[in-house]
Amino acid sequence: MKQSVSKKKNIVHFLLIFLICIITFVYLIPLFFIVHTSFKPWVHIRDYPPKILFKPTITSYIRIFTSRTPLPPGRAFSEEEVFNMKWYERLIYKDTNEEIVRKGDFPRRYLNSIIVVIGSTLTTIIIGTLAAYGFSRGKLKGKDDWLFFILTTRMLPPVVVVIPVFLMFRALNLTDTHIGLILLYTAFNVSFAVWVMKGFIDEIPIEYEEAAMVDGYTRFQVFRKIVVPQATTGIAATSVFCFIYAWNEYAFAFILSRKYAQTVPAWLPYQMGVLGYDWGAAAGGTFLFLLPAMIFTIILRKHLVRGITFGAIRK
Amino acid sequence: MAEIILQNIIKRFGDLVAVNDLTLYIKDREFLVLLGPSGCGKTTTLRCISGLEIVDEGKILIDGKDVTTIRASHRDIAFVFQLYALYPILTAYNNIAFPLKAQKYDKEKIREEVNKVAELLQIKHVLHKKPKELSGGDMQKVALGRAIVRRPKAFLLDEPIGTLDAKFREEMRIELKKLCIDIGATTVYVTHDQVEAMSMGDRIAIMNMGVLQQIGTPYEIYTKPENLFIANFIGSPGMNFINCEPSRDSNGKLVLKLLSDNMYISITNKLQNTLLSKIYEDKKLVLGIRPEDVTFSMRKEKNYLDVKVYVIEETGSYNIVDVSLGVEKIKVRTIPTIKPDIGEAAFVGFDMERISIFDKETGNSII
Repeated sequence: MKQSVSKKKNIVHFLLIFLICIITFVYLIPLFFIVHTSFKPWVHIRDYPPKILFKPTITSYIRIFTSRTPLPPGRAFSEEEVFNMKWYERLIYKDTNEEIVRKGDFPRRYLNSIIVVIGSTLTTIIIGTLAAYGFSRGKLKGKDDWLFFILTTRMLPPVVVVIPVFLMFRALNLTDTHIGLILLYTAFNVSFAVWVMKGFIDEIPIEYEEAAMVDGYTRFQVFRKIVVPQATTGIAATSVFCFIYAWNEYAFAFILSRKYAQTVPAWLPYQMGVLGYDWGAAAGGTFLFLLPAMIFTIILRKHLVRGITFGAIRK
Repeated sequence: MAEIILQNIIKRFGDLVAVNDLTLYIKDREFLVLLGPSGCGKTTTLRCISGLEIVDEGKILIDGKDVTTIRASHRDIAFVFQLYALYPILTAYNNIAFPLKAQKYDKEKIREEVNKVAELLQIKHVLHKKPKELSGGDMQKVALGRAIVRRPKAFLLDEPIGTLDAKFREEMRIELKKLCIDIGATTVYVTHDQVEAMSMGDRIAIMNMGVLQQIGTPYEIYTKPENLFIANFIGSPGMNFINCEPSRDSNGKLVLKLLSDNMYISITNKLQNTLLSKIYEDKKLVLGIRPEDVTFSMRKEKNYLDVKVYVIEETGSYNIVDVSLGVEKIKVRTIPTIKPDIGEAAFVGFDMERISIFDKETGNSII
């Protein structure tokens, strides 16, 4: 009897794992396709049906990092010239018959993305945690109304306000600046951060803070030494969400940044070369662009599992 | 160490008056227990003393200094919470060291002080552990350690042993009392457990519905309760109450007429005079008597009352015999060998020197 129960359990367990594998597989197909395409040689990128097996090459990655020009018809490098080329120049030449003119814009855009994301995530977390602490512990008149008011900023699809924001930013000379995008992403994320962090801070028994206050600590010291360490799970979960939002944001980045502060999502779609749209470079860039979000999430995954349940687990 | 003075403090939460016009004088080095049922305002009073709550009206003085509006961190008092409130991220050592770090002591000094306290509380072997790895008793000791390490002016303890199991609580009661005597600190101890209060307090302040009912030594509180609430609250089982009114016997002497069964009991001359002088002759009264001041007998003697045995509660060291006196029930404490049958007719006598008389209307004690 007992055996059959455990057998039944095993079967259910197996089925669940099987199901998870299928779901994961479905979700990973686009990612696989991106990685797959990014390693294809130029000639195979547009093949239909797509070629599954080929000799992988990293020319797509070289292309995303460089600016190139095609050789005029009839012009070819001599063997000696080819021999003297740098390895990546040779690869590009053999693949697409192009000459590398200069380094591309990708690193610059990547750096922009990193600056904007780190800046906005940090500001969001600092403002959000402080505000959540205030909402959780303070005796504010009409506290619930204020909280709801903060939440309403999320009810509007951000795209709706693109044009007014653009006009405001132009008036304030904030277009195409890092600060501008940091401010904007902070504004969009802070309401979310306040709500999530409030949930976490509500769960920290107030006695800890009272004990510390009686022990001679000021309110701010208490916040830093007692509240923040105990809210790390919430902070981690909130940062991941803020990070991903700011990292992936497209519409505002597209409208509000042109050259100087343009982030990767706004720039990545424009991989138009002389030879047509460069799917390989776009795929390579996309893959490199996905990496930080993946790494960041993996680093914080321990906190995330608890964080996503939003304090559903009681101690 | 210091004396603590509360002058007419009032604390409101919205419409609720949690502490109403409380005046208390806590002497230097005194162990004062704040006792009362839950929701009576005892914890709020403690929090007001600590500065975690600011009083709406009145004044608080610690060591002669007016601290009414001063923040908790500047009052130099220590607070032990019911659930200990040990910082879960810190080890026991760092928990105890935490208040010292606030005062920017250097590392050597901190280690010295923490070790001294750990030795006193016998918790040296758990100093490296985190709170969740500690037993209830050790957690409590660490919480106490955190409180005494700073040598504050006063200790405020909010039901510090309420969550321990019964056996261990008895042990901790003794240790805690000993500790407080050793350090010689002014201590305010909040509890709802009257046994704890009676056994630990130098004096007990009893509160109900935010109002101080009585303050006195355990003996005073037990033998001279000032009103029906205290008489009922203190003692296990509580005091017996019998409705009565003054009356005259055939000789014209003042006696008490028990309303339940039209029985009369004679009272001491002193009590007669008190009743007369305070013009209580026509008022309804409540006679209160502790179960141990009632004598149980199978033979009728002078001034004894007829009763019927209702139920017997055995505890091992004594028996509580519940008897019905007319329509009222009273509890009699007897030696464990007395086991009358249920329904049997018996007699009880009251030790008239030890009775209490209350005004039924106000509930206040007359003598």
